[in-house]
Amino acid sequence: MAEALKVPTMAEYMAESKKPEVLFWVGCAGSFDDRAKKITKAFVKLLHNAGVDFAVLGTEESCTGDPAKRAGNEFLFQMQAATNIEVLNGYEIKKIVTACPHCFNTIKNEYPALGGNYEVVHHTQFLKSLLEEGRLKVEGGKFKGKRITFHDPCYLGRGNGEYEAPRDLLRKLEVELIEMRKCKSEGLCCGAGGGQMFKEPEPGNKDVNIERTEQALEVEPEVIAAGCPFCNTMMTDGVKSKNQEDDIAVMDVAELIASAEDL
Amino acid sequence: MQIISQILFLLALVAGIWFFTRNVKRLIRNIKLGKEIDRSDRSGERWAKMSRIALGQSKMVKRPIAGILHVIVYVGFIIINIEVLEIIIDGLFGTHRILSFMGGFYNFLIGSFEILALLVLIGVIIFWTRRNISNIYRFLSRELKGWPKNDANYILYFEMVLMLLFLVMNATDYQLQLNGAAHYSQEAGIVGAFPVSQFLLPIFDGMSNATLIIIERAAWWLHILGILIFLNYLYYSKHLHILLAFPNVYYSKLQPKGEMDNLEAVTKEVKLMMDPDADPFAAPAEEDADAEPEKFGASDVMDLNRVQLLNAYTCTECGRCTSECPANLTGKKLSPRKIMMDTRDRVEEIGEIINKNGKFEDDGKQLLDDYILREELWACTTCNACVEACPIGIDPLSIILDMRRYLVMEQSAAPNELGISMTNIENNGAPWPYNQQDRLNWVNEN
Ligand code: SF4
Ligand code: SF4
Repeated sequence: MAEALKVPTMAEYMAESKKPEVLFWVGCAGSFDDRAKKITKAFVKLLHNAGVDFAVLGTEESCTGDPAKRAGNEFLFQMQAATNIEVLNGYEIKKIVTACPHCFNTIKNEYPALGGNYEVVHHTQFLKSLLEEGRLKVEGGKFKGKRITFHDPCYLGRGNGEYEAPRDLLRKLEVELIEMRKCKSEGLCCGAGGGQMFKEPEPGNKDVNIERTEQALEVEPEVIAAGCPFCNTMMTDGVKSKNQEDDIAVMDVAELIASAEDL
Repeated sequence: MQIISQILFLLALVAGIWFFTRNVKRLIRNIKLGKEIDRSDRSGERWAKMSRIALGQSKMVKRPIAGILHVIVYVGFIIINIEVLEIIIDGLFGTHRILSFMGGFYNFLIGSFEILALLVLIGVIIFWTRRNISNIYRFLSRELKGWPKNDANYILYFEMVLMLLFLVMNATDYQLQLNGAAHYSQEAGIVGAFPVSQFLLPIFDGMSNATLIIIERAAWWLHILGILIFLNYLYYSKHLHILLAFPNVYYSKLQPKGEMDNLEAVTKEVKLMMDPDADPFAAPAEEDADAEPEKFGASDVMDLNRVQLLNAYTCTECGRCTSECPANLTGKKLSPRKIMMDTRDRVEEIGEIINKNGKFEDDGKQLLDDYILREELWACTTCNACVEACPIGIDPLSIILDMRRYLVMEQSAAPNELGISMTNIENNGAPWPYNQQDRLNWVNEN
């Protein structure tokens, strides 16, 4: 059995009247989805490795309300936001990092008007800053020279204009970064957003994740890198449906780094 | 004789402008059917964005072929219309080429207009082939069948004819000047430069001055009448974008695309619910007593805001949004372009009712279901690809979201599985049926 992870909660910090450097917002997928939990753990290992003083909300965390809002349930969204903001403000949180672009977008852009003002960063942005501060070491190693393509999450890329942080990290891994026909501001959605993750698709002739997977396969990658737990699921399913799961891995940028560093 | 033509010209001009003003007023009235929205902030950024995207067409050239052709046609068409100024003065005062006193500069202007006219003509012909002969995905959608396709072609024909008339007018004028015909030839010698229309001269070879004058006058009249008609055709056409693209980009959203507005009415209710001191049974304040409870989301165009309605009138039906839409690409019914076209059609329908009755009377129709289907709304992934692709700052996603809000909050009509995940969020704080108390279990799992 692997060594147990140390993941302090805000309640514990509070009890010791300490304040962490950053709050790690885990998100629903990161907490409950089996695939996403691996990303969460990889990111935690990187945080420890870089000596980051962080905490999570644990059982006090609740859905940001993103899927509800985008499905049209503004009421439920604002209820969730109010609850979360109360908890976050109670702990006087200043900075939040999350591995989910949906949580990132919602807390960063939609919470302020409801009374929640924090500095919010996506985990790829945070890792990049750790790298720049010299706290995290990323070197080629395992993935050096591998053909890797990055699938832009809508809510990180188009939604918030961040295209480079994940790519900078991949470059640090000395991979052969290849771009899909549709990338960055023109990147095609994986098909999960706007509540689609939680419903059957409307009638059509193909699933969106298959279309996107086909675009990825065109560039013959060894790894499809993702920066969102939902994209990860969608692309993993896509690769499986093409019977390519033995040859092509779908991995979060954090997992790639953690694995390169043998964490 | 001369005075009659001057009077006719004045009448045509006044009629053209009167009709145009009437349409502009209707347009403004229709847009004001929407709810007010405050976009008076950050005006510096707005001006900058407008000059970059609307004037500078920075997004058009993302698709180089269509983009560059469009820039040519746009620049050409606008600059050539400077000539209209001279035509109007000549028409009103019975003069001929009144601005020719500018000498060399005048020749330069007319010469440039001719070259631009030729480029516009070529551009428009290529546009026509792209639209009618090449199999381009975004021109084949079902929402373009019928009027929208005809509209697009009419505009192209219009521009072709206007450019040809301009060149014919110049060619015959040139020939008349060469012939030394009265009223045309000037003491200063030949006025204007005719780098393109000189090649048309052989067509008019051997024609008498009288015939040439008839052709020249006919081309002149048709050209200016054509422009007046074109001006008034705009309101009925996707070509309205040549005017509205500017305010539309100016008023477009400046926040990050991922950010969606928080409904204020909901914020108030949530505050009330979360406030332990609030008495839920308290009588509403006096002035609110007979106010209608606010409707959440949009089922018809009056529930949308004015920027969304301006968006609808501005949409040029290019389909760049639809050709990037993941739902549309995978065969779903959703097409963001259709969302915009439906919205405009519905505003126009309501506008017609107001024109007839002086006010809106319920016609038993609405934007939802009668135009936009639920199936379209539920296919959207909120990916913002349409917003990014639109060359003139239109936001189809905001309309989709407002209509979903109506479906969910007013009708409880979310698709079944989506409804279940919302219940989960409500009860366990996650879209899946896991217990919130288990949220940290991952730490100790392998
Ligand atoms: S936001 Fe919706 S309508 Fe727009 S491109 Fe994405 S899926 Fe299509
Ligand atoms: S919304 Fe924009 S991109 Fe879509 S058809 Fe209209 S003008 Fe073109």
